[in-house]
Amino acid sequence: MKALSLGNLRKTYSNGFEALKGINLQVEEGDFFALLGPNGAGKSTAIGIISSLVTASSGSVSIFGHDLKTDRERAKSCIGLVPQEVNFNQFDTVKGIVLNQAGYYGMPRKLALQRTEHCLKQMDLWDRRDTVSRRLSGGMKRRVMIARAMVHAPKLLILDEPTAGVDIEIRRSMWLMMQEVNQQGTTIILTTHYLEEAESLCRNIAIIDEGRIVENSDMASLLSRLHIDHFILDLAEPLKTTPIIDGCQIELISDKVLAIAIPKEIGLNQLFSQLTAQNIQVMSLKNKTNRLEQLFMDLVASK
Amino acid sequence: MNYSIAFKTIVFKEIYRFLRIWPQTLLPPAITTTLYFLIFGKLIGDRIGTISGASYMDYIVPGIIIMSVISHSYANVVSSFYSTKFQRNIEELLVAPVPNWIILSGYISGGIIRGLLVGIVVALISLLFADFAVHNIAIALSTALLTATLFSLAGFINALLAESFDDISIIPNFVLTPLSYLGGVFYSVAMLPTVWQTISMGNPILYMVNAFRYGLIGVSDIDIQLTFIMMSGFIVTLTLFSLYLLYKGIGIKN
Ligand SMILES: Nc1ncnc2c1ncn2[C@@H]1O[C@H](COP(=O)(O)OP(=O)(O)OP(=O)(O)O)[C@@H](O)[C@H]1O
Ligand SMILES: [Mg+2]
Repeated sequence: MKALSLGNLRKTYSNGFEALKGINLQVEEGDFFALLGPNGAGKSTAIGIISSLVTASSGSVSIFGHDLKTDRERAKSCIGLVPQEVNFNQFDTVKGIVLNQAGYYGMPRKLALQRTEHCLKQMDLWDRRDTVSRRLSGGMKRRVMIARAMVHAPKLLILDEPTAGVDIEIRRSMWLMMQEVNQQGTTIILTTHYLEEAESLCRNIAIIDEGRIVENSDMASLLSRLHIDHFILDLAEPLKTTPIIDGCQIELISDKVLAIAIPKEIGLNQLFSQLTAQNIQVMSLKNKTNRLEQLFMDLVASK
Repeated sequence: MNYSIAFKTIVFKEIYRFLRIWPQTLLPPAITTTLYFLIFGKLIGDRIGTISGASYMDYIVPGIIIMSVISHSYANVVSSFYSTKFQRNIEELLVAPVPNWIILSGYISGGIIRGLLVGIVVALISLLFADFAVHNIAIALSTALLTATLFSLAGFINALLAESFDDISIIPNFVLTPLSYLGGVFYSVAMLPTVWQTISMGNPILYMVNAFRYGLIGVSDIDIQLTFIMMSGFIVTLTLFSLYLLYKGIGIKN
């Protein structure tokens, strides 16, 4: 079953700007899907159309087999949306916001209260339930929107940059929460500009640029397309000259730091045995850039 | 699908909103109308005598009540829906499986309840000043209800089409208030020169004021049946127009 299916989706805004130029996309049920792209690529526009906030100029949207045009209410019930920008009533309390949303989804009061408590606890906001939302910090506001999106236990959760402006600790707990929700069977579509986040969470990916999909595949095969890995090595002892290793490009960044570009076929074992042979001791190693980030830059720049 | 829960959620949210800000929503009409009754009804009215057999105080009470119903049902919907749209929390409703007619009837019910509640407050205050036996309660109540419905709808359309806070004060200031004052609240159209009588007939508020006055004190310048036909016609037209705007997403969707 497809959780989401977009057919030749187009959007031209009233000022004549063509934000989406014919998008085709399929997301499988149960997937954790990354929708990536630079600022202004059209991610939020696509999400807006899927969640009925923006009217498409043409094309089709189907959610769990329910066409958004002909079977609107059922299609909508499947979706929970965390929008990019805060859009709740700033004068309502945290609890009021989530409860109201449950009501809009037709949830009986008793169940709505239970679900609200559950979602607010999950978002670590239960202690704040009576706070007027305008008094919350930015990260808390974002979590209110996640709780609100999950109150009706949607089958498809769409998060438009949920971790923007959220501190590391909360971000990690959001990752855990998203993984947990996904494991329980909820399909997730995530947009983010933190590519390491997409890399570690998502199984499938689409990259959109200037209103077109420029890449759509699974994360593993996308990453395997990178033939060269870039690493930074911290050394125990300072070096005076750049060491030479066959097939690798090496740069001495400072006397105790090396940057190495190493083709996949060489492999790390071979690299290290050669370094050891030259009496170079490595204290630690890290990726120079995030792998997905490198691919992303290639794809978006190659147009 | 069963939409009654979504409908109730909107209506309770609306009621809660105007009750929470009661110093802005319920108190002002109580003060202004008390002043109307004191100044026009008592001080000036005592020198005027009677109109169509009713004391001046009794004559203006129905008009003042219905004028409050008009301005508050309109104000409730226009300001609530516009700020919902402005803060973008209308999106909470747009993403949910709530059909447009539920959104419309939820907000309209909020407006009707506020309008009628203010009407009741003003009516209770009038009891301190006026003294009459209600002529036909059914006509009075149904006129008030239809009037509140009509102006809630008008407020809703205003909110949908408004693009700034200025846009939501234009109609109340430049259309509703003048039409109310010229709608025979404080005088009988029979007192006007013939030309102005004819012109006044084009003012819908005149009909509602007179129908309501007929319900309360049994005096009217206007055919009551015609009033009901006109109000129903307006309500149907405005409802269809609102649904059309919602369907097109005008003012709420890109
Ligand atoms: N209401 C609008 N009217 C006209 N153009 C718009 C409107 N909303 C968005 N756009 C344009 O459409 C394009 C896509 O915008 P969108 O918000 O979908 O980008 P995005 O991929 O979500 O970007 P970001 O990563 O910055 O959130 C942008 O060029 C934007 O300026
Ligand atoms: Mg965006």
